[in-house]
Parts: sequence; C-alpha cells; structure tokens
Amino acid sequence: MESKTVQTRHAPVRYLEAGAGEPLVFLHGAGGMTENDPILAELASRFHVYAPFIPGYGETEECESMRDMLDFALHGWDVVEALGLKNPILVGHSMGGMIAAEMAALAPNDVSRLALICPAGLWLDDHPIVDIFSLLPFEMPKYLFHDPEKGAAQMTSGLDMSDPKFLQTYLIRNARQMGMAGKLLFPIPERGLAERLYRVTAKTVIVWGESDKLIPPIYGPAFQAKIAGASLVNIPEAGHMVIAEKAAEVARAVEAVA
Amino acid sequence: MKFTWFNLMPWPYLPDDFREKHHSVWVDIDQRLFDPEKSNAVYNTYMDLLEYADTLGFDGIGVNEHHQNGYGIMPSPNIIAAGLARRTKNAALVVLGNSIALYNPPVRVAEEFAMLDCISGGRLVAGFPVGTSMDTNFCYGQIPALTREKYAEAHDLIIRAWTERDPFAFNGRYNKLRHVNIWPRPIQQPRPPVHIPGGGSVETYDFCIDNTYSYSYLSFSGYLRAQALMDGYWRRVEERGAPDKSPYRAGFAQTICVAETDEEAERLYWPHVSYFYNRCLHVYPGFADAPGYRTIKTIQTGALSQYAPPRGGYTELTWKDLVEGGHVIAGSPETVRQRLEELAKGLHVGNIFCLMHVGDMPADKCMYSTKLFAEKVMPKLRNVFPEFASDDRFWIHPMNKRAVPGSLGPEVTTAPGASVRIPIPAE
Repeated sequence: MESKTVQTRHAPVRYLEAGAGEPLVFLHGAGGMTENDPILAELASRFHVYAPFIPGYGETEECESMRDMLDFALHGWDVVEALGLKNPILVGHSMGGMIAAEMAALAPNDVSRLALICPAGLWLDDHPIVDIFSLLPFEMPKYLFHDPEKGAAQMTSGLDMSDPKFLQTYLIRNARQMGMAGKLLFPIPERGLAERLYRVTAKTVIVWGESDKLIPPIYGPAFQAKIAGASLVNIPEAGHMVIAEKAAEVARAVEAVA
Repeated sequence: MKFTWFNLMPWPYLPDDFREKHHSVWVDIDQRLFDPEKSNAVYNTYMDLLEYADTLGFDGIGVNEHHQNGYGIMPSPNIIAAGLARRTKNAALVVLGNSIALYNPPVRVAEEFAMLDCISGGRLVAGFPVGTSMDTNFCYGQIPALTREKYAEAHDLIIRAWTERDPFAFNGRYNKLRHVNIWPRPIQQPRPPVHIPGGGSVETYDFCIDNTYSYSYLSFSGYLRAQALMDGYWRRVEERGAPDKSPYRAGFAQTICVAETDEEAERLYWPHVSYFYNRCLHVYPGFADAPGYRTIKTIQTGALSQYAPPRGGYTELTWKDLVEGGHVIAGSPETVRQRLEELAKGLHVGNIFCLMHVGDMPADKCMYSTKLFAEKVMPKLRNVFPEFASDDRFWIHPMNKRAVPGSLGPEVTTAPGASVRIPIPAE
C-alpha cells in the first residue's frame, strides 16, 4: 500500500494506493482508515484502489471551509479529478457511503458503478440511528461489530487509554475526525439525500452487515427503494464494520457491479 | 469588588439514588423526575431569593441558561430576568447569559436584552456564552465544529444591531437579514457591559481582551483549582497588550455558605452542598464535550471540560474535601471573608458570582446565609482593589431617575383632560 499526496483546493489530500486494474475510489467512514484495513487489501487484489483520507483524517488536515454536504461531495469530485481518474468505481462505507451517494446524485454522468456499504444518509423515524457523538470509546464495539469482543480487541490493540499522553493524542485525533464528521452526521446523519437519490443512474450495489446495530439493516431496503435498479447484498455474521469482519464478501459484492 | 448573588436553580427533588439509577442529570434526564406543580413553588421561591438579595445590597443578581438540566431549570434566563426587572430596584441584572449561537436569528437576543435594559432602567449585564456542549450541541443540535463560527457571527450581528442607528443588511453565513433595525435598543451606551463565560480557551481570552469584555470563569470546583486557568488569562492580557490589568476584566463563580461559626456552617449546609456536588453534577461523560466543540488548540493546552469525570471516577466528596479543596467557601463570616480575600487577590478577580443557593437548600437557610454575607462579609471586602475603584467599564450605568413599577395612580373614572407628551431628544 503506497501513501501519496494530491493537491486539492481544500487541503493536500493524503491517499492510499494499491492494486491494478479498473480504478476504484474508496471513501472511508467516520471512524477513519488505516493502511492495514482488510477491505483495502481485498479491493486491491481486484482493482486499482485509491483511498483518500477525508479532511480531518489521517494526514489530511481538517478543513474549516468545508461545512456542509455539498462541500464534501464536491471535494470528493475534486479528489477524483486531481487523481486524474475518469468514471472510477465509487465505493463508500458508512459516512463515506453517504458522500459517495451524494457524489453520484450530483454528477450521475461521471459515475456508472457505485457500491454503498451500510451508508449513512437516510433517517427512518421508527429506526433511529445511535448518537455516535455521545458514545464513549468503550461503548463503540457493541454497535460496530457482530462480535464486539473481537472487534474491541482489534480497535484497541496497542493502545493504552490510561496513559495521559496517549489520551491527549486520542482526544485530538477524535476532535479532528469527528469534528469534521459532525458536519455531515451531527446530530442526525441526514442531509436531504433522500430527495436527491433519484438522480443516481450508476449500477449500484448496497451492502449491509446483518448484525449492524449502528445503522440497522432495515436501511438497506430504504436505500434500494430510492435508487433505480440497485441490488442489495446482506452479509451474515457481520456488523457495521462488515468491511473488517467480512472484507472478502464485501469485495465480491463490489466486483458484481464492476 | 462587585458581588452578584447567583442562583443556578437546581431541581430540589432528585432522588437519593439519582447517581446510581440515572444516566445523566443533563440532556436525557428522566422527564418523570420533574413535577410541574411542585415547580410553581420552586420557581417563585428562587425568584424571591434573587429579589431578597437586591434588598440586601448585592451589586448584582445573576441568572444563566441551561437546557434539559436537573440543576438548572432556567432554559430562558430572560424570562426570570424580566420578572426581576420589575420587582428589584438597584441590583444589576446579570444574565450570564444567552447562548447566542442558539437563537435564530440572534437579533432576538439583541431585542430581548434591550427590553431588559429598558424595563430595568439600564441595569443589564449582558452575558454571551458559547454554551456548554450539553446545551448547545446535544440539546440544541448545533454542529460542534461550526458552533464557534456561528457564535462569532451572532456576536457581530448583536453588537451592530445595538450600535448602528440606521437599518442595515447583514449577509452572514448563518444569518441572512436584509433589514436589521431593532426596536427597542438598550439604554446603556454604547452598549450594556458584556461578560463572557469561558472555560479556558485562548480564543475566548483574546475575544474578551480585544473587545473590553469581562472574562468569567464559571467553575464549580472552586478557586484553588482555578489558579492555573486564571493565571493563563492574565498572562494573555499582558501578552495581548491590554492597557491595564483591572481585576474587573475577570469574574469568578464560587459556592459560598455563611453561618455564625464554622461548625454551624457544616451542620446547616452540608446536606445541600452534598446534594449539589454528589448528586446534581452527575453528567454522563459522553455529553461533556462533543468532538469538534472544543478547538484543537484548546485541547492541546490540556483544558478538558469541567464536566468530564474526574480521573479514577467519581467518589463521594465529603464536607472536608469540598471546603479544604476550595470548592466551597463556608464558615463564619470571618472565615469566609479571609478565604474570599484570598480568592480575589489570588485570582485577581473583581467580579464574584456568589453561588449562595446550593443544591436543595431551603429558603430559610439560604436567607440566613445571604444576610450574614451581606452584612458581615461584603462590607469588609469592598475595597480589595482600591486602585481600580473607578473602573466602570465592566459594570452597569443605570438611569438616575428610573420608573417605579406599579405606580399607575388611582383608578380613572372620568375622562382625562388633554395631556402633553414630552418630546424625546431625537425629535
């Protein structure tokens, strides 16, 4: 996995690049991304993967002038453009799925293949999504993973929350990342996408972990109903972090629309 | 020194096992713990106590804004202040304050504060807090990372609305207003004194210094723990090249309980102090600080939310812990005087917000403590900063001759004769 930088109007964007073949842009979720994420390796064994860090994440600086959904979606297109890509396969997980869906609605002629992995962006009153901004770190795994114990071990391996210096680093990282994410997701992760999904013309697959407790799987059919011809793949024994728990299955589902 | 009698207005009926059985005192506090009928007496007693403080010669009486909060049942301090404006005579109405990023549009604050200033004859101290993360983000849904930008815009709009004499267009990011032209405008010129509650962020220090606003640190943990933060503020005042280090550039909130003796203070007030410190401050830590609310720069200075749980978790605090730790200044008038003098000189603050109603304290104890403070403590501390005695930049400038509420005169049963309206100066 190579780590490179591309210039955009909003910030120099750090991105990970690996694999060969059809270009694919992967947009990570609110929890961020590391080069060891299994989904990147799985996708890279099939495609030429470009995975940019959204401003505020990794080494991409947070950006004060990105404030709302339109700013994030246009920034996404700026990154595609700066990478010199034409009609890449667009894949997004969670918040990244929300941005990818918005990008596809905004510029339907520029994207013909779309994969949304348990995306945020819709809101069903009968199925409210957990307020992730008020969760404490130790509360996260039960919402994120099918197997919370294993997930928690993955999330915290090598981290020492009782070390004040680490704690401050953690708080700063969390403030940068979730501060930016809050512009799309706080206090309710819905910014009118439902009104715009009709514009999506890409061949679309929606992927959901059947044990997703953060954005319940019932949101899958809700997305499917709004995107003409979209297919829905439910993956058993996987939670919201289906990209970690069942990375190969997710990559296969993406392959089906590619 | 300026003494403001402050009431947070805690709900006095939280159950004994509140901390064990309930998730949080703030944001998602159990609706069923509030009894609207009981609140009738609670509100009126609390307002009576604020009015009582005016009769005893406190410089100010103070109210603040919290939402969905079991120890602050004052979502609209302006409503309380309006009541007080009518029934008090001399005290400043210290509204500390309105969370201006929450008002849409914020000219509402310019208008309501102007009304309070007009009704009270120029007795308003205007407070503009960013608002806690609990209030601003979790209760009122503001996006954390945009809150400060929205706050700054609201501030600029309010000050312009108060000071410009012709209608103007305001093309803000969060407020688009073609015709800003508030009616009424405040009595105090060019504007009422402004106090800004803050929790240690450098941006807020600079904001106060640059605008000649008073910086208020509204902590519950007392003066001993406030030293580092206030030192940081005064260092910044110097660095920023402010013309002076007047103690009235700063305010500090302190819980205070006075009795005849130190022993009597413990006996009388301990249950109520415990109620506040061991029960009311039970805030779910996930609500303390929405990511993005605090700037990166502020986190880097190590300033954490005062609502974050103490390292190692909560313990049951004792009277000794709280008094020795300075959370609470309590005891005989002489004890309280000594410690307050230590506070004022140590932190170099001229405005003291006296938290004299504590937790579930009943009115009689509160009146006893308040009267002792007013008669036996306050007079001895008036002149702690003689060299700044004439600094009036941070305090009210009321009209000399103010209207007396409730003075309509006898009933009128025959048609009044023609009366002449006195023209206002602008005519």
